[in-house]
Amino acid sequence: MTSPDVTSGKRIDRRATSEERRATVIGVVLVILAAFVFWVFGLGVESGVTSMFNLSLPGERLQDLAWEVNSKWLAFLVAAILAFLGGFVLRKSHLTRTNLALAIGLGLLALAFLTWAAAGNSFSLVGMLRSTVVLSVAVTLGALCGLMCERVAVINIAIEGQLLTAAFVGTIMGSAWGIWAGLIGAMLTGAILGAVLAVLAIKFRVDQIIAGVVINIFALGLTSFLARRVLSEAQDLNSPGSFPSLKIPILGDIPVLGAMLFDHSMFVYATFILAIVLHFGLFYTRWGLRSRSVGEHPRAADTVGINVYRTRYRNVILGGLIAGFGGAFLTLSQVSRFEENLTAGIGFIGLAAMIFGRWMPLGALGAGLVFGFARALQQKLGILGTPIPSEFLSMTPYIVTIIVVAGVVGRSRPPAADGQPYIKE
Amino acid sequence: MTDGGPPPANRPSDPSAGEREARITGVGTSLGKAVVIPALAVLTALLIGGLIIAVTDLDTLSVWGDDPLEALRLTLSGVGDAYKALLIGSVGSPRALTETLYAATPLILAGLAVAVGFQAGLFNIGVNGQMHMGGMAALWVGFSVALPGILHIPLAIVAAIIGGAIWAGIAGLLKARTGAHEVITTIMLNFIALYLVDFLLTTSAFQAPGRNDPLSKPINPSAQFPTLGDYRLNIGFLIALAAVGFVWWLLYRSTIGFQFRAVGFNPDGGRYAGMNVAWIYVGVMAISGALAGVAGTTQVLGLEPYRGISGFAGTIGFDAIALALLGRSHPVGVLFAGLLFGALRAGGREMQGAAGIPIDLVLVLQALVIVFIAAPELVRAIYRIKTPKDETGVTISTGWGG
Amino acid sequence: MELELKGITKQFAGVLANDDVDLRVAEGEIVALLGENGAGKTTLMNILYGLYTPTSGQVLIDGEPLELLSPADAIAAGIGMVHQHFMLVPVFSVAENVVLGEEPTKKLGWLDKSRARRVVREISSRHGLDVDPDAIIEDLPVGVQQRVEIIKVLEREARFVVFDEPTSVLTPTEVESFFEVVRSLKAAGKGIIFISHKLGEALDIADRIVVMRRGKTVAEVVPAETDEERLAELMVGRPVDLTVHKAEARPADVVLSVEHLVVLDDRNRRAVDDLSFEVRAGEILGIAGVQGNGQTELVQAITGLRSALRGVVQLRGVDVTIESPRDLHKRDVAHVPEDRQRSGLILQFTVTENVILDSYYEEPISNGIQMDWDAAREQALRLVDEYDVRTPSVDTLVSKLSGGNQQKVIVAREFDRDVSLVIASQPTRGIDVGSIEYIHARIVRKRDEGAAVLIVSSELDEVMAISDRIIVLFGGRIAGEFDGSATATEIGLAMLGSQGESEAS
Repeated sequence: MTSPDVTSGKRIDRRATSEERRATVIGVVLVILAAFVFWVFGLGVESGVTSMFNLSLPGERLQDLAWEVNSKWLAFLVAAILAFLGGFVLRKSHLTRTNLALAIGLGLLALAFLTWAAAGNSFSLVGMLRSTVVLSVAVTLGALCGLMCERVAVINIAIEGQLLTAAFVGTIMGSAWGIWAGLIGAMLTGAILGAVLAVLAIKFRVDQIIAGVVINIFALGLTSFLARRVLSEAQDLNSPGSFPSLKIPILGDIPVLGAMLFDHSMFVYATFILAIVLHFGLFYTRWGLRSRSVGEHPRAADTVGINVYRTRYRNVILGGLIAGFGGAFLTLSQVSRFEENLTAGIGFIGLAAMIFGRWMPLGALGAGLVFGFARALQQKLGILGTPIPSEFLSMTPYIVTIIVVAGVVGRSRPPAADGQPYIKE
Repeated sequence: MTDGGPPPANRPSDPSAGEREARITGVGTSLGKAVVIPALAVLTALLIGGLIIAVTDLDTLSVWGDDPLEALRLTLSGVGDAYKALLIGSVGSPRALTETLYAATPLILAGLAVAVGFQAGLFNIGVNGQMHMGGMAALWVGFSVALPGILHIPLAIVAAIIGGAIWAGIAGLLKARTGAHEVITTIMLNFIALYLVDFLLTTSAFQAPGRNDPLSKPINPSAQFPTLGDYRLNIGFLIALAAVGFVWWLLYRSTIGFQFRAVGFNPDGGRYAGMNVAWIYVGVMAISGALAGVAGTTQVLGLEPYRGISGFAGTIGFDAIALALLGRSHPVGVLFAGLLFGALRAGGREMQGAAGIPIDLVLVLQALVIVFIAAPELVRAIYRIKTPKDETGVTISTGWGG
Repeated sequence: MELELKGITKQFAGVLANDDVDLRVAEGEIVALLGENGAGKTTLMNILYGLYTPTSGQVLIDGEPLELLSPADAIAAGIGMVHQHFMLVPVFSVAENVVLGEEPTKKLGWLDKSRARRVVREISSRHGLDVDPDAIIEDLPVGVQQRVEIIKVLEREARFVVFDEPTSVLTPTEVESFFEVVRSLKAAGKGIIFISHKLGEALDIADRIVVMRRGKTVAEVVPAETDEERLAELMVGRPVDLTVHKAEARPADVVLSVEHLVVLDDRNRRAVDDLSFEVRAGEILGIAGVQGNGQTELVQAITGLRSALRGVVQLRGVDVTIESPRDLHKRDVAHVPEDRQRSGLILQFTVTENVILDSYYEEPISNGIQMDWDAAREQALRLVDEYDVRTPSVDTLVSKLSGGNQQKVIVAREFDRDVSLVIASQPTRGIDVGSIEYIHARIVRKRDEGAAVLIVSSELDEVMAISDRIIVLFGGRIAGEFDGSATATEIGLAMLGSQGESEAS
């Protein structure tokens, strides 16, 4: 809507060198981080102190697997690598590698941070990675739901409401008729709310942001109302039980990776598989090509005989099923009890993950894991007693999203028709 | 597939700009049209709310099988009792009336914030965050400064205006400079503000001595909003009324408002006429955020226990969207919509206390009201009203991320 | 085989877009459908393509009526369409666009991308339509994108192909190669409907010409038996007289000077390429050229709406290259923008609000902070009267006015002060003849009052009628400079880049 050329006469220059400017920004950030790691994580730790990373969980076959590292020297090493990466980026000889360097740099930063936090202490790395995976599930599913909708140009900010309502229905139906009934109920609930969004957005052409806000308010109001009015009277409806953990034979026994990836409830596996299937579906199948065409240029799709409305309804409702699945995960696996406003913003983190993942399913999965890591870290830091306020880690997904939409680290481009109702003439 | 290519922000103009003729903000609709649909929307929402009360009455539900007539009577009386309590709690007594006005105060202010954005074509979904930041600024002035009330309260409000304006201004600036869509940035800023408040309330600058939880020091009595006798209604309501007048003047009588509305309807047209669209976006967000900041003050300076607590803005920032829609983005419309929602809240408390209906029903009612306002075809279909010729789809924000 | 539209009537809310229209096209025949903008050509074709349902009438193939409820039905019936605004997904590859809707797949709906590429290569080699199947659409020039559209139509084995204003976006060289493609399609036995408002093209390529006016078919002629003037008369409905009565120009000092100006378009291509010219007080300089040869970008650069990459724009010797539209307004520049509805007006505003759109911050309309609506209304009343704007009141929404009256609102707003430079882009596009004459007279009056005037128009007739001097833009450069006595043929040749072969319309 805005065009920067309104404000300045330098638009073209800016565009011509945007890649280079970005490299400058990122390079400088990496160098600053290197200095920071050197001073705070390196010099800030006494010599000879070690950090102990536990690589196995209690009760695992390979007990007492651990990695001990000199806290100070690891920080110095990371600082050196960060400085090198910064210099590499600032040279601007490989502009396409800028993001890769940034990703490596941030990964190393996390390592240095953990080492510092665990200095003179021991820390369950596997435990944290495991909870990273668990905490990423709802976020990833929310992002996949959002992406299903936005790929056909329907903006969905009602993910939060879909998760919440699905979690509620999953709890009730799970308590009454068993966890599978709860799962089905939750998925159908997500789909029904998806259908409501679709009808409002497609048939009534309600502004899609407003439609999303409405569904969120409605979901919060209704579930809180029912939780107080019904669940408080009928406590037995609020104990649905949970899906068991399914340890995958052989893979589940691999050190570190086994506990991290292959010893979870089916929700975790299903989420990974779903992200992969959707990714290939979207970019390599007829369904994907048609869906994307509807999101990018609905009129063109219409003129080659693709039913724009039907495609939109179908994908938004499918997205709802996915969100419903995510809602079920919350009350049928993560915790087995519904509480008012149980989601507390997970749906919006999902939205953030969708944007951070550039509207691509595997991107959403990756973003979900990054945000899951931030949340897992936040939980562990409390245990370690580091002086970092946990609130700042909680903010991470939101800050990252703002940085992404502002185009500082590469702009992600939403589907061209996103948010626009299609009016058949 | 989705990356690369020229940054969308650098497109000279939004392709959809020319298509955004019909808008839900209802700017320029005639009075008759502006009242019928909202009235029917509220009525329909109340009817559905009654239905929800009826089907969630577990005790009565079991009676249906034995004695349907008795069950029907019980149901009707249950719903009747609930709405009677709603009415009594909102307008049934002088105290109820003051409670309605009291509850309406932050809603009106926050609704104005959203309405100003709508009038300029921006969707400020971040009123909650701006209330938090404005409220925190007012809070700090409230407990750290010693001044007579006549100066203290204005100073606190100025601080809130600045806090809210800066927080919203971030979103405006990001939109102007990078094209980042305000809906995304304000959603994200809401959460950031929420956590920032939690953090600040545990720092020594804010936290009450001897506490471990996020609770601030108490506000000096000189900065607390004077109340009307022993009612909770306070000077905040007068501030809200003044804000209604100010926004009306701003939008319809000032040169700034003229530019806001021009850019809101057609940014390209504004640009050709020599308006600085980018800075107008920043200005709109700042003013919207300033109003939200003032709304935030009511939650700390005008609310017992006169301390800052975690998430003190509640859901007001989202209710405000409903309000702005119901009031068709006109300041006077927002005033009446605010009074209505204030009545629902005040009455909702009575309903919860006297009839045992959780106050969350009010949220459901609000959501239903917005649906019917935003999709007037639904209301028309229910009540068989003819569709006016000049009405088309409603779109405020189209696309995002660029 | 023959495609026939019979008795087609299409009624929109209050507008009769098509009124009992008949049209036939046989295989191996090119029929040109000629008419002014708004004559109902596009509506007719959208009916043929299943995008609209006619109020009454039928579409038949070999006498068999078709039921066309969606484009899918039209495609199935062998009707293909190349739309004026291409129906291509910009982020998809050529091959993906071509097969979209009829994708070759393997198991489980998996796309067979190599087969899609093969399809594109086959068709492109058969019809001489050179394209790379893996290229991404948004990276391709418009002419190539059009080829992709044609391949799309051929892939669907269309027997009848509709081209909607196909040349409006093409450069003259692209037009030539496009015509060759059309002729080869004809040779391959396709029936072709060619929609245009350009007389020369229709005469050039068609076997038959059908003229539409105000939703009706008014004539059917064979090119050999007619000429441009007669066609123009049929299209417009009365002999066209675009003569503007004006005295000899008396050019004085240079007001606007443009030196070595380079301006990039939205896709970073040099739309204006090292352009230099001057406009003097008391003269009208017309800029002619096929649309899309840098006119839009040139005007935007001069008026401060787009930044120049290089070069200098001077106003009375002052460098104004980086000034904003507001700065230029203060320097007494009047600008009538190209697209009145999109950029010239705020359609949801009243007449009053629109006439003060660029002076709201000045006395007497405001004191800089507060508006004086009484003064604004007074000004509006005066301007409505002075500029002959036909409106029920000054409080009427400007969207309710006719195109001519909307344009007069803009002219009134821009001309109601002493201006030193007038820039008017397509000042009379799509408006009624009465308003055209009025606006032309107003522009001449500004010239006579001593303003320098720059007129940009893709209608050669208009440029020739009103200008004292003409430059022709081609590919962002000056392809010719003429005085008032030049003939249409001379200028037309320049519009085609000096070496054009086909006639200019």
